[in-house]
Amino acid sequence: MSVDQVAVLGVGMHPWGKWGRNFVEYGVAAAQDALADAGIDWRDVGFVAGADTMRNGYPGYVAGATFAQALGWTGIPVTSAYGACASGAMALDAARQRILSGMCEVALVVGADTTPKGFLKPNKGERGDDPDWLRFRLLGMTNPAYFAMWARRRIDLFGASSDDFAQVKIKNARHGLNNPYARYRKEVTAEAIAASPTVSSPLRLLDICATSDGGAAVVLTSMEYARKHLSSSAGSADPLVKVAAISTVTPTFPNTILEMPNFATDSAAGISRPERGFKQAIGDSAYAQAGLGPDDVDVAEVYDLSTALELDWYEDLGFCGVGEAEKILRDGVTTLGGRLPVNLSGGLACFGEAVPAQALAQVCELTWQLRGTAKGAQAENAKVGITANQGLFGHGSSVILTR
Amino acid sequence: MSKAKLPAVEGWFTMSPSDDTPRPVGADPVALIGTRCTESGTYFFPPERVMSRAPGFSGSELVEVELSTRGRLWSYTDAQYQPPEPFEAPTDPYEPFCLAAVELETEQLVVLGQVVAGVGIEDLVVGMEMELVLGTLYEDEDTEYTMWKWRPVAETTAGGEA
Repeated sequence: MSVDQVAVLGVGMHPWGKWGRNFVEYGVAAAQDALADAGIDWRDVGFVAGADTMRNGYPGYVAGATFAQALGWTGIPVTSAYGACASGAMALDAARQRILSGMCEVALVVGADTTPKGFLKPNKGERGDDPDWLRFRLLGMTNPAYFAMWARRRIDLFGASSDDFAQVKIKNARHGLNNPYARYRKEVTAEAIAASPTVSSPLRLLDICATSDGGAAVVLTSMEYARKHLSSSAGSADPLVKVAAISTVTPTFPNTILEMPNFATDSAAGISRPERGFKQAIGDSAYAQAGLGPDDVDVAEVYDLSTALELDWYEDLGFCGVGEAEKILRDGVTTLGGRLPVNLSGGLACFGEAVPAQALAQVCELTWQLRGTAKGAQAENAKVGITANQGLFGHGSSVILTR
Repeated sequence: MSKAKLPAVEGWFTMSPSDDTPRPVGADPVALIGTRCTESGTYFFPPERVMSRAPGFSGSELVEVELSTRGRLWSYTDAQYQPPEPFEAPTDPYEPFCLAAVELETEQLVVLGQVVAGVGIEDLVVGMEMELVLGTLYEDEDTEYTMWKWRPVAETTAGGEA
């Protein structure tokens, strides 16, 4: 089931940090950078898709219109998408559909967030019918507690160690050293990680990503528009990067891996487990759309909410067999210079999570990697890149870019 | 004056002795309440009461069942920092607690729960047998809010020899 491609004509980001300003400001800055990168005037955009943020009141829930208004109303249609960490990919998919259906030629996708200090938590109020509220109230189950449960499984099933997890952080910190968009740009030692306090055993503070402010934007166009545009005007889209796949699949019943914010897994007592689990299915769908497989991938941006989770992704995306992630990490396969460098941006380890911007930031980074214009760590001659992320309530995404 | 005991969440677990439901002799004092889709045989926890979520079984009847009160530890962690609101810390100052994900054999599902106070990370091992007990989530002036908790089954706790 190969799907037609659309072009990534421009990308832009506002640096990640803890700036404490309105999220709209980051989104607008990223959008303007993406438009400039594409060499496209805002008035030529035919559709805006915004990735929503829960933490910024009404404007956050209607991000598409919020950004369209901030950039100056032009009368174009908008949509807003919420899919937790996959929000950006859902917005991107909406834009792709508009283009592939012929309803517009140029679409702008924007995600931005402002996050408070500390654990991500539900909005205020008594909400006894909201599982996200209930898991804090009844269990005290924070996001890192779920990450820790999964990390413990790696230790138990595959003999992974805290030092393996630390090696992910060390690698990503090195990758992000010179990335101007990254929030944390310094080397981290195994000693510093081991000395950082335990948050939820076995994960320490430096194993877990922070929460950040940031914004990212992508300009998508039809392939035909991109070719005409590039032959007649400026812009930075050389070589032209294409979207070969956007996967936003949901789990298949019974989903027997514990998902945030659930109290329990589905039961496999009556209906047998699907052959491929949820996270594997996210990548499977992307590969199927692109007509590509794990062996074709040159570079990847995966969601390292925790160091251990990056290792899960290696296996879920088929970069190695189950239980082999620690080995390919230690062999340098996923480090700059290796066969398949992962998180050359520095990943969430260097960025911290700005939820609605994150899936788009991954696309920005891979676009630069495929163009060969990354300002930080740059892969050599990468032709195919894949992203992966996951969020609450059965959301996840994977995007494949090619050139 | 002793405090009233109320479940921290309504309809998710039985609570003895204040629970009025007649209970079989020898039954555990606390059990999770789930529902079972009679046609597919799948279970739901928290109890699904609207419609079976098993695709293709939307017309199936859902019956209320008590879930197994013992299972094997699937994974575990702890909360070294106080979780944010709406969590209510039972003690001041805050005391870290463990969290367990326990796999129930009959139901073939994994259920989360806090681990009873006094059990530390070093006492837990994946695969060990755990049992459900009634515990206190938090208290206010006149009410104790109860909650299910997991506890290692005595025979399999580390206890020094393991």
